[in-house]
Amino acid sequence: MTVTGKPVTGIPVMETARRPREGGRRLPLHWVGAAPFIGYVAVFLLLPTAIVVVGAFSADGGPTLANLSALNQPQLITAFTSSLVLSAVSAIVGAVLGAVFAYAVATGNPSGLLRRIVSSASGVLAQFGGVTLAFAFIATIGGNGFITLWLQAHGLDPYARGVWLYELPGLVLVYAYFQIPLMVLVFLPALDGIRPQWREATESLGGSTWHYWRYVAGPLLLPAFLGCTLLLFANSFSAYATAAALISQGDPILPIAIANLLNSETGIAQPGIGQALASEMIVIVAVVMFLYAVLQRRTTRWLR
Amino acid sequence: MASTAPAVRAGVEVRLENLQRSYVGVSALNGLSLTLAPGELVALLGPSGCGKTTAMRLVAGLEEADGGRVVIGGADVTNLPASKRDVGMVFQAYSLFPHMTAWQNVAFGLQMRKVGQDERQRRAYEMLDIVGLAGFAERFAHQLSGGQQQRVALARALAINPKILLLDEPLSALDARVRARLRDEIRRIQLEVGITTLFVTHDQEEALAIADRVGVMNKGRLEQLGPPTEVYSRPATPFVAEFVGLTNRLAGVVRGGEVEVRGARLPLVRPDAEDGPAIALVRPETVSMTTDNDASTGPLVGTVTATSFLGATSRLTVDLGDATVLAQLTTTDASKMPPGTRVRLVLRPDPVLIARDETASAEA
Amino acid sequence: MGAFFLVPIGAMFEFSTRGVGEGAARTLVSWTTIVTFPDLVKAIIASLELATITSVAMLFLLLPTMIWVRLRLPRLNRIIEFLCLLPLTIPAIVLVVGLLPVYRWMAENLSDSILTLAFAYVILVLPYTYRALDAGLSAINVKTLSEAARSLGAGWGTVIWRVIAPNMSGAVLNACLLSVALVLGEFTLANILGYVNVQVEIAQLGQANAGVSIAVSVASLLFAFVLLMVLSFVGAARRSLRSKPRVRDPRLEAVWGQKA
Repeated sequence: MTVTGKPVTGIPVMETARRPREGGRRLPLHWVGAAPFIGYVAVFLLLPTAIVVVGAFSADGGPTLANLSALNQPQLITAFTSSLVLSAVSAIVGAVLGAVFAYAVATGNPSGLLRRIVSSASGVLAQFGGVTLAFAFIATIGGNGFITLWLQAHGLDPYARGVWLYELPGLVLVYAYFQIPLMVLVFLPALDGIRPQWREATESLGGSTWHYWRYVAGPLLLPAFLGCTLLLFANSFSAYATAAALISQGDPILPIAIANLLNSETGIAQPGIGQALASEMIVIVAVVMFLYAVLQRRTTRWLR
Repeated sequence: MASTAPAVRAGVEVRLENLQRSYVGVSALNGLSLTLAPGELVALLGPSGCGKTTAMRLVAGLEEADGGRVVIGGADVTNLPASKRDVGMVFQAYSLFPHMTAWQNVAFGLQMRKVGQDERQRRAYEMLDIVGLAGFAERFAHQLSGGQQQRVALARALAINPKILLLDEPLSALDARVRARLRDEIRRIQLEVGITTLFVTHDQEEALAIADRVGVMNKGRLEQLGPPTEVYSRPATPFVAEFVGLTNRLAGVVRGGEVEVRGARLPLVRPDAEDGPAIALVRPETVSMTTDNDASTGPLVGTVTATSFLGATSRLTVDLGDATVLAQLTTTDASKMPPGTRVRLVLRPDPVLIARDETASAEA
Repeated sequence: MGAFFLVPIGAMFEFSTRGVGEGAARTLVSWTTIVTFPDLVKAIIASLELATITSVAMLFLLLPTMIWVRLRLPRLNRIIEFLCLLPLTIPAIVLVVGLLPVYRWMAENLSDSILTLAFAYVILVLPYTYRALDAGLSAINVKTLSEAARSLGAGWGTVIWRVIAPNMSGAVLNACLLSVALVLGEFTLANILGYVNVQVEIAQLGQANAGVSIAVSVASLLFAFVLLMVLSFVGAARRSLRSKPRVRDPRLEAVWGQKA
């Protein structure tokens, strides 16, 4: 502390932060402590975000809406809607199945084996995405996949009408692999927050199981369920790696469209379009996450 | 259920007959029989694990008895689920539905009984008024203090005009000041409404303060059932003597129907006890003392080492050299004997209980 | 339900151990030949290096800042928290669009080594590591510990690294393991920015030699799994340490900020 007016000794950081030599009032000196972090985040997070948002509205150095109108190409609109549809479907599938699974676990023994296995497995599987997951599914039901071969040996060909694994329906299946565990992970705390006293109070007041779900547990869990579904939506909407590994051509979904654009000639010449697409994504995800935060507040208030 | 106003309702008799319940080989209730007279408040008192909460949950129907019957108002409800027994229950904590306002909580039981919306709301507001929360109807649980939440829980339980009111340690989660006030409130409301009530607690002060009768339980059995004064001053077993109120354990010898304790002879509650060494259980308020200025010695002579001021009375700790005795005197008397005073104890010749073992409180 | 999740993992094992030709014996060729693919080995090493650098950088950047904010700038707490959770709202694919120009500049003026990816990775791991470190800091009484150390003459470096960090070793380990897991699994940034880390290499290799790619995938999955197991064991061990009966000393409680 600045007894002698000397500045506080610097905090070890990666970049060289300027250390003010003047002894000054307390307040400015304290802010120095946070400067390295803020500076770092500014360069590697805020700056790129600004580049994207600002770039969406500029071309050749001047402000313009031309990039936005370029988004109206049918290809890109299809990519956008496909992304929305894929995210919605995989979110709902993951939410429903995940909630059912979570319920089964929540009503069981809190320190039992099933509970512990499911908790750690969910943690692992929710992170298991990207390339590794894609390859796992290729190994399972890809062209030479384990199940595929087995089915074919028994006279059933799942790909009689085309190999759907490498298209949208396949993505839904593959995404389910991490959406369901993610749902279990984020929904389980809400289920745990349901106190047994509420069930017993309902019973003693004359309510049946149906009454309990209709008037007590249902309304209490609804914000949590919706919030988690939204989280799954955002998660699916943002996913890139898995799709990139499975899909080799075309712009079926938004993230891939962005990637292709960045590598294409038009993209390099007019970075604004890619940035506009990216801004489109930010808007959607930001709105979804905001709604999620609102619903979470209510959930934590009720189900702490 | 007739939609009558929550007026004073003639209480109903509740009988517990030989209830048994065990979990995984451990017997929680070992044949509990108890009859609550209409409108009576019986407190079940005991340490944790004694079975009092289990007994209550069997009456409520939240658990099934392994044996015995529960009879409410003449009807055997042993095989009825909780939702059909018409009981009102107040839990220790956290039982209010967090997504409903106070009045909606109170009206919930009425909603289950298909009472109309307006009528429900009116009666809910009335109940909240009775428990002293007139302006709080629109508040949610997280906007209410612990004591207020329990009042709402009480209103909710009473709103359905149940046959019996069950309170499972309703005050244990509250702080001391709130506890005392709410305790008296609960008793007042209970008397006003006239409902038969079972009150479970581990706090003997609570039980003694508000109950018509107190049932002291230990290890699944009822050790004594009687009015508070009786349980306190004429404990039936050493366990009751030590659980309810304070007790001094003084080594002595039983001889001919009396116990000799440190030179004093005290009559026994059970004069037919066998001769031999024993521990006499002596209540602090039966111990009085005189100052002893000369250097006399004796088994009942010692020094005051500490004083606890309890308001109207004070508790003195007296060191007799090889034993410590607690005495309860009026504060005026106690102030004449501050720590350091040499005193001679006088044991009032009330009948005492004895225990044979240094450690246990079991006694033949 | 469990079957759905186990099957693909099992299938990966199966695929990677297939022999050539009909009815050929199972073989570990795919696994053993991993080392013979120089690009793959290079990519694996690069990813491991990145994981280490990211963890260390994250700790050096985040921990002192979080401690400092707790001690001196509590009003800044919400901002720091917001910044740390912001990457959750900005998908990697979006972030990379904005990072392209930044990295182009860096490649021209500083270095074009793959290790510069670490800068961006630190941002990616922020949400998870922030939460882990925050949980650790909340469990100990940072203020009292640091004041005690300072009054005994310790400099800030000592306070952070030799007093506070050791007392939240579980959280620190947690944060590092999360970083490593994330970096090893990262694909998007590397791919678009044009660097070859292990995931990118797996994808590229997959076109040519599926067996080996899948073998490496399984290996990385197992590695992540082992990491998370270690994490949960560390967590469990600390919990059981705490549950041992401890002497209730109010002075200790004041320092440690937790009930015995």
